[in-house]
Amino acid sequence: MIKQPQASQKSYPLNGALFALSWALMAAALPILLFLQNKWLALAAFLMGAGLLILSLLLDHSYTLRPLAARIIRYVLLVFGMLVMVFPFFWMLSSSLKTYNEMNYFPPTMFPQNWANFENFKIVFEKAPFARYFLNSVITVLGSVGVTTFTTILAAFAFSRLEFRGREILFSLLLSMMMVPFEMLVITNFQTIVKLGVYDTLYALIIPFTSSIFYTYILRNFFQSIPSGLYWSARVDGCTNWKYLWKVMVPIARPSLVTIVLLNALASWNSFMWPLLVIKSDLRRTLPFGLYHFTTEVGANFELLMAASTVTVLPMIILFLFARKQIIRGVARGGIKG
Amino acid sequence: MQVIMEKLTKHFGETKAVQDFSVTLNDGELVCLLGPSGCGKSTVLNMLSGIIPVTSGKIYFDGEDVTKLPPEQRGIGLVFQNYALYPHMTVMGNITFPLEIQKVPPAEREARAREIAELVHMGNLLGRKPKQLSGGQQQRVAIARALVKNPRLLLLDEPLSNLDARLRLEMREEIRRIQLETQVTTIFVTHDQEEAMSISDHIVLMKDGFLQQHAAPQELYNQPANQFVADFLGNPPINNFPGKVAGDDFVMADGSRVTLGLSGKVPEGTEVNLSVRAESFVVESEQQPDRLTCTVDSVFQMGKEEMAILSFGGVHFRAYIASEYGFKPGDTVVLGLKDRGVFVFDLKTGERYI
Ligand SMILES: Nc1ncnc2c1ncn2[C@@H]1O[C@H](COP(=O)(O)OP(=O)(O)OP(=O)(O)O)[C@@H](O)[C@H]1O
Ligand SMILES: [Mg+2]
Repeated sequence: MIKQPQASQKSYPLNGALFALSWALMAAALPILLFLQNKWLALAAFLMGAGLLILSLLLDHSYTLRPLAARIIRYVLLVFGMLVMVFPFFWMLSSSLKTYNEMNYFPPTMFPQNWANFENFKIVFEKAPFARYFLNSVITVLGSVGVTTFTTILAAFAFSRLEFRGREILFSLLLSMMMVPFEMLVITNFQTIVKLGVYDTLYALIIPFTSSIFYTYILRNFFQSIPSGLYWSARVDGCTNWKYLWKVMVPIARPSLVTIVLLNALASWNSFMWPLLVIKSDLRRTLPFGLYHFTTEVGANFELLMAASTVTVLPMIILFLFARKQIIRGVARGGIKG
Repeated sequence: MQVIMEKLTKHFGETKAVQDFSVTLNDGELVCLLGPSGCGKSTVLNMLSGIIPVTSGKIYFDGEDVTKLPPEQRGIGLVFQNYALYPHMTVMGNITFPLEIQKVPPAEREARAREIAELVHMGNLLGRKPKQLSGGQQQRVAIARALVKNPRLLLLDEPLSNLDARLRLEMREEIRRIQLETQVTTIFVTHDQEEAMSISDHIVLMKDGFLQQHAAPQELYNQPANQFVADFLGNPPINNFPGKVAGDDFVMADGSRVTLGLSGKVPEGTEVNLSVRAESFVVESEQQPDRLTCTVDSVFQMGKEEMAILSFGGVHFRAYIASEYGFKPGDTVVLGLKDRGVFVFDLKTGERYI
């Protein structure tokens, strides 16, 4: 296991197999649990997989002993951090699968007795129009993220590529607006919404969130890093600003844009205070607001609450699992603080 | 296409980047715009392409006044120093992009792109992204992209400065070959005099925004208009001996004198530079008034010739000397001057007398 650094740079085919096997074992834990109902076997499979994974990682990177120790400490810390982050989600998921009785066990159990108990979800969907909430959320997110992205792209282009008098001053003014907290804007926004006659409609959720100074700033910085030679080559070839923006700049800025869209979608999906103010009808609530309302309705039925929370959070988690690479790359390139 | 620049001037606020620049370029020529960094070469190019507006003056393409015309209506191909390829498109995508904008049908686009890619020897790499290409290959793509729409004028702004020495040599010959094949009028910006001398039909030499001289490379070298032109061209640089005119003689501060037949050509008492190219010295056996008696400082072997560093009148200078003489440091040598490559410039204004 203790080898020279040069020798260990290669990765061995055996190691690849080990790596795959370890993941397969860990993944197998879930079906074992669901179909065989044997939690000890599942636990054993999971632990064995995890052990093999660590072993394969060590084999793959076994330099000399000291880096190895450093590596172990690093992984231990990372795993610890991961557990802290993941535990609430695990608890939510686990609780959502428990029965009312199980929830009240003392001491509380770590795992539900039946991993395939989806009863709570059924009840949740019967008790409150979660499907409708879900749809409302999706419409709101699509509407506001779509328009915001569009306006952000246009504004970033204007502030980075077009030359007009007072451009920098105007942009500084915009940036200084970022210091005004959202809470201050709530009153005027509310009045505007009422005057527009869209109070208690989904429009009220979309209209105030159709532009973003922060994302404009991020994208402008990225646009400015694109060499001006590209622009002038295109212009000399007869390319219009509009075409240049969509054919050259936007494709180049795609990683940044994806990040912006994701961050924006997340913020929009989670927004709570604003819907609380402008939505009255039950059927126009979005998920977080609906969830909040649901809490007051079901009182102490935490397993139902957890099922509802799962429904609320799951789409975002799935989105992030798929777009993980894009997000990391975008954050690294656009210099957005996590 | 014939290009006429008439009293072209560009000011950036206080900076006078280009001043009273008047040049006429003939159809089908490759002209080098040469000059030290910051002399306004890029500015001239950008005014020609329409990227920056002129402060005053006129530009004519084939007699047509294009001074106010937007870039896309000038029929220009541009190549930048950093090539400015679209990073998200393949080589093919890059080359066809100008045609796509002009709404050329896809089939024709591809055919023309292939043709031009063959011309620049990039036909086998059409599927690559710019990142996967070497500097020289990127440069060929940039040239292909500039040429594909059959521009009337090709503008290249220091296209070779990102390449290593060998590739530079290769690529400048490539550019010359492509230019001769397409016969497109080309302006090539560079601050490398050797590059300019080797590939151009004409050189336009600039300094501080002013035109210094516009001539064929050999003429520029043999008949420099002023001190700056003489200093800028040639490797090793021209030797300058500062002194005064006394009758027919050139006299240096320490009294060393050379008879050059100056009276009538240069006003008496004028402070001048006697400028002599390193290859314009000949070794003589005896001292005469029109010869220089010098001391050898050091000698370098350079193939069949030797490059010697000598001093005359307290000035160190370089001269090529046939190696058969076998001079050593400390020797005294008498050097005569050839007709070619010997000039007299005004010390203050740089104006040429002889
Ligand atoms: N946009 C601008 N604003 C202000 N001054 C400028 C601008 N562009 C160029 N200049 C100035 O004009 C002068 C000429 O610049 P230019 O870029 O034409 O030089 P160049 O000959 O191309 O030099 P190089 O060989 O370094 O590229 C310089 O003094 C430069 O500082
Ligand atoms: Mg330049």
